[in-house]
Amino acid sequence: MSTLQATAATPVSALPLPAFKRSRGHWANVAARIVRNPLAMIAAVILLTLIGIAVFAPWIMPADPFATSMFTRLKPIGTPDHLFGTDELGRDLLSRLMLGGRLSLFMGITPVLTAFVIGSGIGILAGYAGGFTNTAIMRTIDVLYAFPSVLLAIALSGALGAGIVNALTSLTIVFIPQIARIAESVTTQVRRSDYVDAARASGASAFTIVRAHVLGNVLGPIFVYSTSLISVSMILASGLSFLGLGVKPPEPEWGLMLNTLRTAIYTQPWVAALPGAFIFITSISFNMLSDGLRSAMEVKQ
Amino acid sequence: MISYLIRRVLYALPIMLGVAFLCFMLVHIAPGDPLVAILPPDASVDLQKQLMELYGFNRSYPEQFFSWVWRAMHGDLGSSIATGRPVAQEVFKAVGNTFMIAALATLIGFFFGSLFGFVAGYFRNSWVDKIASFISVVGVSVPHYWLGMVLVIIFSSQLMWLPATGAGPDGSAAWIWDFEHVKYLIMPAVTMSFIPMGIIARTVRALVADILSQEFVIGLKARGLGEFGVFRHVVKNCAPTAMAVMGLQLGYLLGGSILIETVFSWPGTGFLLNQAIFQRDLPLLQGTILVLALFFVSLNLLVDILQTMFDPRIERA
Repeated sequence: MSTLQATAATPVSALPLPAFKRSRGHWANVAARIVRNPLAMIAAVILLTLIGIAVFAPWIMPADPFATSMFTRLKPIGTPDHLFGTDELGRDLLSRLMLGGRLSLFMGITPVLTAFVIGSGIGILAGYAGGFTNTAIMRTIDVLYAFPSVLLAIALSGALGAGIVNALTSLTIVFIPQIARIAESVTTQVRRSDYVDAARASGASAFTIVRAHVLGNVLGPIFVYSTSLISVSMILASGLSFLGLGVKPPEPEWGLMLNTLRTAIYTQPWVAALPGAFIFITSISFNMLSDGLRSAMEVKQ
Repeated sequence: MISYLIRRVLYALPIMLGVAFLCFMLVHIAPGDPLVAILPPDASVDLQKQLMELYGFNRSYPEQFFSWVWRAMHGDLGSSIATGRPVAQEVFKAVGNTFMIAALATLIGFFFGSLFGFVAGYFRNSWVDKIASFISVVGVSVPHYWLGMVLVIIFSSQLMWLPATGAGPDGSAAWIWDFEHVKYLIMPAVTMSFIPMGIIARTVRALVADILSQEFVIGLKARGLGEFGVFRHVVKNCAPTAMAVMGLQLGYLLGGSILIETVFSWPGTGFLLNQAIFQRDLPLLQGTILVLALFFVSLNLLVDILQTMFDPRIERA
């Protein structure tokens, strides 16, 4: 106490500061916790490797992924020059897997990102507006939610026809209601909180409240939920290509490669199963990273 | 309770109507003429008009929608453009086949999911929990169509224990409950069971851990109830939720069987959808999806009602 009184006349910069450490922000805490989670870190390393390979595929591919050859069809794993064997048209499987990662990852992640933007918007609007707007939006969302996601994805892309854009559109529509539901419930909670009431009482406009108080508090939980959908999205996107509703040949994509190699399960079974293993590794890594992120966000201190 | 039931049923009706509307719209979001699959490229304008009238495509959308819903309510889903057979008949035949694998998969998934979930929940953070939790992550992350292929590779192509595709020896269509036929059922059902297994294991683990940390459990132990007695209480407390999850999973599997049915050439609704999509047979697509989605909505309703009836703690005023 005595020091405080003594410093009243001296400038602030001259104060003898006590050993002071600035407390970390919320996101820095989350990052610090997730770094200590070994499973999540392994998953992150795997994903970064896969994404890196996909991005740099054109420069690091060992062979031309489109070059067919009648003489090297369906070679086993470990063949010289074809480390992962060759596919039913004699194309180098390793190169196709590397380049195929581009479309597979793109088609798995994009729908969730798009749905995150649109679904959050819809959900925050419904949650903040409340009343009739809320009922109208949420009942419409309920109709889309009434379909099992695989069925909705296949119904939409089946009706729209095969193609990358149609598959992406269908998957985005599948994820919008799921994200909007979470966004709506989180926003409703925030809207009822005292600090929003206080902001409103002090004359803040709806826009200011949403920007300053709602967004910061709801986007985190919505984002974490959305990351848990990427794994499903990967499986579904490759599944659509597997059915022939997504990427068209000869473009390499893991789901499509799995489909065309299906005829080879008696001649080169392990080569035929390889593209699926990549879908699996990606999907499980996204799940583990998302689980890690969720537990890092749950503050129990 | 009665008022809750009535309101829950009334709430499901607009959803069902919305689902029907979406299925109806499928034909109209599709690019091109819905009749393109059957019309020869050089079809005369007269023939085109005649067919448009026959299928009702020349009327206004609301008119088409309500007449479609009205006929659907009477069990008439129109006729397949590709085969000319009634859609309802085709769908119900296929639904039976899909139901067989979906129901078996749900049972297998429920059994193993509960087992892993209980073990994980009881021995939280032990190595058993870590393994059980890992299995459940695998269950929800594995692309099931790939898992199906891997099982075919192991059990058909390598070991030659089970048939790879089909629903009966010599491509026979009629199902009989004998060993020869059941052999065809095993792999699709086991493949499918991984999805509910992972989800049920996660649910049960969280439930068990939550129940064990509640005060009444400490109370039961304090009064001298043995391990088994406590276990019975835990089971009773998590059964309603676990059963509800299982019910919903059955609905998801019925609707999502197309990928697995494609891998195993199983003659169910997935096979029908595949056919409908690639022959651009839109009435068949529309009808199959309507039946599956309505089944899912009804199952949701049933699960909700049963859960309220069995679990007196749930108060839904």
